[in-house]
Amino acid sequence: MVHAVLFAILSAIAVVAAISTVLRRHPLGSALSLIVAMIALAGLYALLTAPIVAILQILVYAGAILALIVFVIMLLNVRAEDLEYEKDAVPRTLFALVVAALPFGAMAWAIWQVVPAPLPAVATRFGNLSAIGLHLFGAWSLPFELVSLLLTVAMVGSVALAKRRLEG
Amino acid sequence: MIPAAGYLMVSAALFFIGAAGFVARRNLFTVLMSIELMLNAVNLAFVTFSRQWGQYGGQIIVLLVIAVAAAEAAVALALVVLLFRNKETLDVDVFGQMRE
Repeated sequence: MVHAVLFAILSAIAVVAAISTVLRRHPLGSALSLIVAMIALAGLYALLTAPIVAILQILVYAGAILALIVFVIMLLNVRAEDLEYEKDAVPRTLFALVVAALPFGAMAWAIWQVVPAPLPAVATRFGNLSAIGLHLFGAWSLPFELVSLLLTVAMVGSVALAKRRLEG
Repeated sequence: MIPAAGYLMVSAALFFIGAAGFVARRNLFTVLMSIELMLNAVNLAFVTFSRQWGQYGGQIIVLLVIAVAAAEAAVALALVVLLFRNKETLDVDVFGQMRE
């Protein structure tokens, strides 16, 4: 019962915040809505007995990535009058609604057809830090190391890009 | 208990909200955040299936996807800063005309 109520509240917050993210004119409002959606998603992960993923979602996504986005929006000093070009967006919006609604309808119908039994019980320690760590440094150690390489490349690349001056 | 289908519905809804934003919006930042929204929707599906089958693969992949998203955000924001310095606008359509 508690589970169902929490699921309803968290998923409603996530979907409303996601719609707000997409609809806001100013990117700063979008970013703040997206933070709310990320935190609601972290709650859903916690409901799915994935506490480590929930914590990392808040730390990395809501904390680091969204803070970076908000920081860059403020750095570029976007003002309301810079966003006038999006005033007349009716054709695009209709097109986007069709593009999104048709596959969503198909996917929702497919999910409805499956209707699996309620989630099965899992072991009491499912998803805790030691189990995740054993898997991460066991069978998944190669992708884990590759991610560290990717992060280094991305760090060097973004510094190099941001320092560059475009001529002409 | 909510069945997996409930979580998958939320995941699909978030994914297609992100897809609609990606298509409809012309603001570079909002397009970027729509992509983040779609990544998160996929993460929710991964965690749901991890819980459904009692396997850890889904949760590990989500951790890796979060790391990749961080790298992607860093590079994308550097590009945004560069494009904004160059053109003084955030309109995606203007950048579409840069391929000469």
